[in-house]
Amino acid sequence: MNSLGLSKRPQDTRVVVAMSGGVDSSVTAAMLREEGYDVVGITLQLYDHGLALQKAGACCAGQDIYDARQVAERIGIPHYVLDYEGRFSQDVMDDFADSYLRGETPIPCVRCNQRVKFRDLLNTARDLGAEALATGHYVRRVEGTHGAELHRAADPGKDQSYFLFATTRDQLGFLRFPLGGLTKPETRALAERHGLEVAAKPDSQDICFVPNGDYAEVVAKLRPGSVEPGEIVHIDGRVLGRHRGVVHYTVGQRKGLGIGGIRGGEEEALYVVRLEPAQRRVVVGPRRDLARSVVTVREINWLGSALPEGDGLEVSVKLRSAQAPAAATWRFAADGTARVDLHEPQHGIAPGQACVVYQGDRVLGGGWIAATAS
Amino acid sequence: MSGNGPAPAGRLYLDHNATTPLKPAVKAAMVQAMDLVGNPSSVHAFGRSARRAVDEARAAVAALAGVRPAQVLFTGSGTEANNLALRGFATRTVLVSAIEHESVLAAAPDAPRLPACCDGAIDLAALERALGAAASAPLVSLMLANNETGVIQPVAEAARIAHAHGALLHCDAVQAAGRVPLSFPALGADLMTLSAHKLGGPAGVGALILAEGLEPEALIRGGGQERRKRAGTENLLGIVGFGAAARLALDTLPDAAALAPLRDRLEREALAAVPQARVMGGLAARVPNTSCLVLPGVPGETQVMGLDLAGVAVSAGSACSSGKVKPSHVLAAMGEDAAAAASAIRVSLGWTSDDEAVDRFLAAWIAMARRSARA
Repeated sequence: MNSLGLSKRPQDTRVVVAMSGGVDSSVTAAMLREEGYDVVGITLQLYDHGLALQKAGACCAGQDIYDARQVAERIGIPHYVLDYEGRFSQDVMDDFADSYLRGETPIPCVRCNQRVKFRDLLNTARDLGAEALATGHYVRRVEGTHGAELHRAADPGKDQSYFLFATTRDQLGFLRFPLGGLTKPETRALAERHGLEVAAKPDSQDICFVPNGDYAEVVAKLRPGSVEPGEIVHIDGRVLGRHRGVVHYTVGQRKGLGIGGIRGGEEEALYVVRLEPAQRRVVVGPRRDLARSVVTVREINWLGSALPEGDGLEVSVKLRSAQAPAAATWRFAADGTARVDLHEPQHGIAPGQACVVYQGDRVLGGGWIAATAS
Repeated sequence: MSGNGPAPAGRLYLDHNATTPLKPAVKAAMVQAMDLVGNPSSVHAFGRSARRAVDEARAAVAALAGVRPAQVLFTGSGTEANNLALRGFATRTVLVSAIEHESVLAAAPDAPRLPACCDGAIDLAALERALGAAASAPLVSLMLANNETGVIQPVAEAARIAHAHGALLHCDAVQAAGRVPLSFPALGADLMTLSAHKLGGPAGVGALILAEGLEPEALIRGGGQERRKRAGTENLLGIVGFGAAARLALDTLPDAAALAPLRDRLEREALAAVPQARVMGGLAARVPNTSCLVLPGVPGETQVMGLDLAGVAVSAGSACSSGKVKPSHVLAAMGEDAAAAASAIRVSLGWTSDDEAVDRFLAAWIAMARRSARA
């Protein structure tokens, strides 16, 4: 059995590495190459930096593609660039814009893993005769008694399991995450030992196609004319001010509302409690109005053992990437959704985010947050 | 795509339409020319010897095209020659075929595009209609052999139709020269583009053949080189290489023709082993070296990668400088659906290809096709 869990010598095992040009996937490729695998690097051209949002058809490799190519040259593996701009735009960016316009807070990285990397790239790897697709994600794949399991990374600060909940059993069978047991400093040290120029490259921030973090501007470019101003309304019905478009707001947000405190009232801070895109309304209220105990989850991917409909399973859930897991009871409903009963109410749960289900370190699955109730 | 892994010696090159390896005799001529000192424009003896080398090359290229040397204008590439042809006659509007090379399509971005028929040849009736509807006599650009399918276009007929409407005809012949007999007068073209590196010469030099009396306006201005049509000190090494390659191409036309049975065997055995595969333009007259193979369900770029990993070099669509591949506009213009256009590869043979090359290609491609069918 080789280090990828396949009963072949490394030199007889072809493995495709998804190389983004960053330090993590570069080290992944270098590690596997050093172990003697038949490594093939592939970089996806997903969007044309800046230009993609205005016009298609430009033909230029960004810095990340250049970096990936340099690493491939350095470690001596073949490297290819695949143009996925069309499908990325359709399957990830359009979804991102529409989700915001529905008043949700989407996670395009999950869609990208689900619909681009682990679907199309994985099929390409199979077509190339590869036995596995390796990525630089910080997450562990553990061979369990009933097949591969997805587990949290060893480094809790880098754990990316939240973004991989939609990985199917079939995909997980083919995927490998060689960095899952490492810490980021260990990865950077490996990059230095391999002489990779990207060793000190900063981690990518936020969403790759939103270069300056201004996602509302991206939505406005993708859906011209859709970002319309409206009213900011208190949950008790008072109109408190105007806003520049619901896409600028996320449930749970406190800063940047531009309404200050309420004159003559209590000094309580106000939060976005709800978005009503059809009425172009941002509804705000005190923190207590954010508390939710019930979450409805749709489009579920389940990696745990079969759970009969209606049976409660004691789990912990993460309702956004930065949150600590919270104790909950998970129940499948008849319509394919699931109901999550939180043992303690949670604040600032935003529709469009993922609800990811854990038992200990293991990811049992998850889905998209459709609705919440108190 | 970066070239790593095994040494190139163990690799098989079947991408001659992208560029053909430099022929040894061409290389020898270029090495000799490296000792030439002068600038061809200089009046002294050094300059005159360089001038003589340029003139000899011009005569050789003229012989390949069947024209007088004075009709040959050297450029920096086939792309430049296409640009000069299409942008050098400002008073003429331009009509292009939809299957032209990017250098033609981009040189006349607003030009109406004439459709191709399903066999890969241009629709002459559409040309007739377009010329009939044109307000003034335009310039028509039609390639002699398509770079992706190898299909030979009805250039002589198109020239007759164009002339009947007072139009000019430009023919991009870079993929045909050296592969099929070439005669500028027989085609009846007014302008024709050639490129050295598709002939076994070096990249970086091309030529525009001009009908007597045609005077395009120069795109590059400066000195009086190339009868004031293309300024800049002559690329002496490149031009000498072009001349040597042109001379060889004329002498070795029978060898080029002998690629047809190789190519035909390649297609026959590929289709026999993989029944769902198809050949694009296979029913039309083609240059002998080119095959456009469709493997339904497997993207062309994946096939190119898989074959490269097996040591076999082919191409798909048209690769840009970053190495990414766009779906073929040529197959789309032939009426193929997007799926077929996206799952085509181009195999192009050349002077280094033999039976063993065909066998190696078939082994690698058939293995890949069967693997994909299972995956």
